[in-house]
Parts: sequence; C-alpha cells; structure tokens
Amino acid sequence: MSEIDKKIVNDFVNNKIEFVTTVPCKQLAGVIDEIDSNDSIYHIPSNKEDEGIGLCAGAFMGGKRSAIIMQNTAIGVTVNTLVTLTQFYRLPLPMLISYRGELGEPVACQVEMAVHTKALLAQLHIPTYHFHNEDDVNELDAILKHTFMCNKPVAILTDATFWKGY
Amino acid sequence: MEQLNKKIFPNRRSVVGKLLKERQDMLVVTGLGSSTYDVYAAGDHNNNFYLWGAMGSAATVGLGLANSQPTRKVLVITGDGEMLMGIGALATIAVQRPTNLTIVVLDNGHYGETGMQQSHAGKGIQLDRIAHACEFDYSVQLTTLEEIESLRQHIHSNESLNFAVIKISTENPPRTMPSRDGVHIKNRFRISLGFPPN
Repeated sequence: MSEIDKKIVNDFVNNKIEFVTTVPCKQLAGVIDEIDSNDSIYHIPSNKEDEGIGLCAGAFMGGKRSAIIMQNTAIGVTVNTLVTLTQFYRLPLPMLISYRGELGEPVACQVEMAVHTKALLAQLHIPTYHFHNEDDVNELDAILKHTFMCNKPVAILTDATFWKGY
Repeated sequence: MEQLNKKIFPNRRSVVGKLLKERQDMLVVTGLGSSTYDVYAAGDHNNNFYLWGAMGSAATVGLGLANSQPTRKVLVITGDGEMLMGIGALATIAVQRPTNLTIVVLDNGHYGETGMQQSHAGKGIQLDRIAHACEFDYSVQLTTLEEIESLRQHIHSNESLNFAVIKISTENPPRTMPSRDGVHIKNRFRISLGFPPN
C-alpha cells in the first residue's frame, strides 16, 4: 500500500466517514485494501455501482457518513440512482473514481467512457475535481469537508498519471 | 404456477396493514410506487423512508440502514418489479448477513405503475427461491392473509436475515401519497433517529 492510499483513507477517517462501498478497480486496489483493513470504516463490496449508491444512502439515513469507490464507467451505470436518490433526497456522497481511458490507458474501450465522463458530471451538476498530479491529493480533505457541507454527491476523478501508470 | 394463478390472493393494503401492526421502533424502507402508497396508507411514521425513484434500490438502502442501525429492525417493503430490477443486491445482502433485515416483496406478478405489464415473477420466477439459494436465514412465499401474522411475529422475535414473497391480488387501490419532498422525508427520518439533517 502506498503513502497515497494511506493518505486517502486517513482523510476519510478524519472526516468521519464510517461506511464505504467499493466496486473493484486495479488503480484503486491499494485504497480498497486499506479501507478493508481499517477498523473505523465498515466496507461492503458491491456487485454493481448503483447498488453501492443505495447502500450509501441507507447508511447515511442511519447516521453514518458514507462514500463510494468506483471507476468512471460507473457514471454511466448510476445516473438514475444518483439523481433520484442521492440528489432528490439531498444526500452527501464523496465518489472516489478512477478515471480510466486517459493518458496511458491500454484498453481502447475505456476511452469511450472517458470522453463522456466530465460532460455527464457537468450535466448532472455534480461538483467535480480531477487529480492528475501527485500533489493534487492534498486537496482531498477540503473536498470531503465541502461534500458534507453542501450535501451533494461530489466526484473525485483520479487518472493514470496521478496513479503513476497502470 | 397454474394452480397459484387460480387462487385469490390477499389485497395489498390488508397485507401491509397486518405486517406493520405494532411495529415498535422498526425502520421501514419502501420501494417506489404502490409499496410506498401501501405503507403510507397503513399509517404515516417518522421511521418510514419512502422511495420515490431509484428503482431497484430499496433492498440496498435497507442493507445500508441495517448496517448503520444494528440495534433496530429494518423492514424493506417493495414490489416484485422493483426487486427484480435490483436482484443482484440479494447476493450482496446475503454476503453481509445482517440479522436485523427483512425484505418483503409484494408480488402481484405485474408492473402496476406502468400499465400492468407482466413481470418475470408473474411468469414464474420465484424470488424467495433466489433468496434461499443465497442462503438467507429465512425465505418463504406466503399466499394468504392468515400467514402474515406468523411472518410479523417471526420478524419481531428473531435475529435473522429474512426474505418473504407475499402473493397479492392485482387489485389497484386508490393512491395514498406521502410527502413528495425527498429532503423532508430524509430530515424527518434522520431527526427521529437523533441525527441532524446533515
């Protein structure tokens, strides 16, 4: 597990996030392992990202701050759930997203979703932050505080350059 | 299925009314459409989280809630079409095995909100057997009003992960609508549990 993985999970813990759901991702594998082994975060792996959005909504209704970790293909999967659950009930939801299909991407098909990712997030009026350089991670704490201040889903896109390749 | 189809199943409002009798501090999540109206018709309650959208999410919202409120019973009441749309959630729930969660599917075999198209459940798919295959502690299919009381007692007196399909008639009772405002529903629910709106 890298220092970045640890920093991300520390920021989650320091912002009182107690419930995280994940859909597997190679880039985020270290973060997912760190979450799994952290005693103050309950981790539920999901089959599909819209399940995860539902889980996070339920956890928040029951008093736990929640977050989801997924790939950007999930934006395509979760639009209805994000809009009619997270946004309709105005629930805070940090979404840590691996931004597949950017520079360094070996799988052509991933680019097809990458080109729509920011446009979809903009259309959904979801505040979006893009981590490209390693130092960008230093903004995570402020982004999480912002999320719980405004009660909105917030996207944090993390690309291959940020993760130093695949 | 032939024989079942000839049987007259109970009315959905009677089923939900009996199920929610003496609910105590149970938390209730409703699937969009008729299940939401049925639960509201049984009596509005601060501990009701009415879903108006996110079709297929009732069960996962229930799991998230059961996880964050482990000392409370959580009851999800939804329809067969809504459950079918989120069927993969049964595996996610079964892996977690919360013992304070019950999912009740009101199964009329149709999509009542969209023009009564037949659902896969109406074509013979038995959702309780999927739950059984996922190793829920308790999975049943009920077809009479008399059986609802034993389900209600089972829910209140056991710590187990439960799944019940309740066959209901296709009768479509008049709509009874709770608040349509999501933020109001959320705030009311969270405040009743002692949490601020955010």
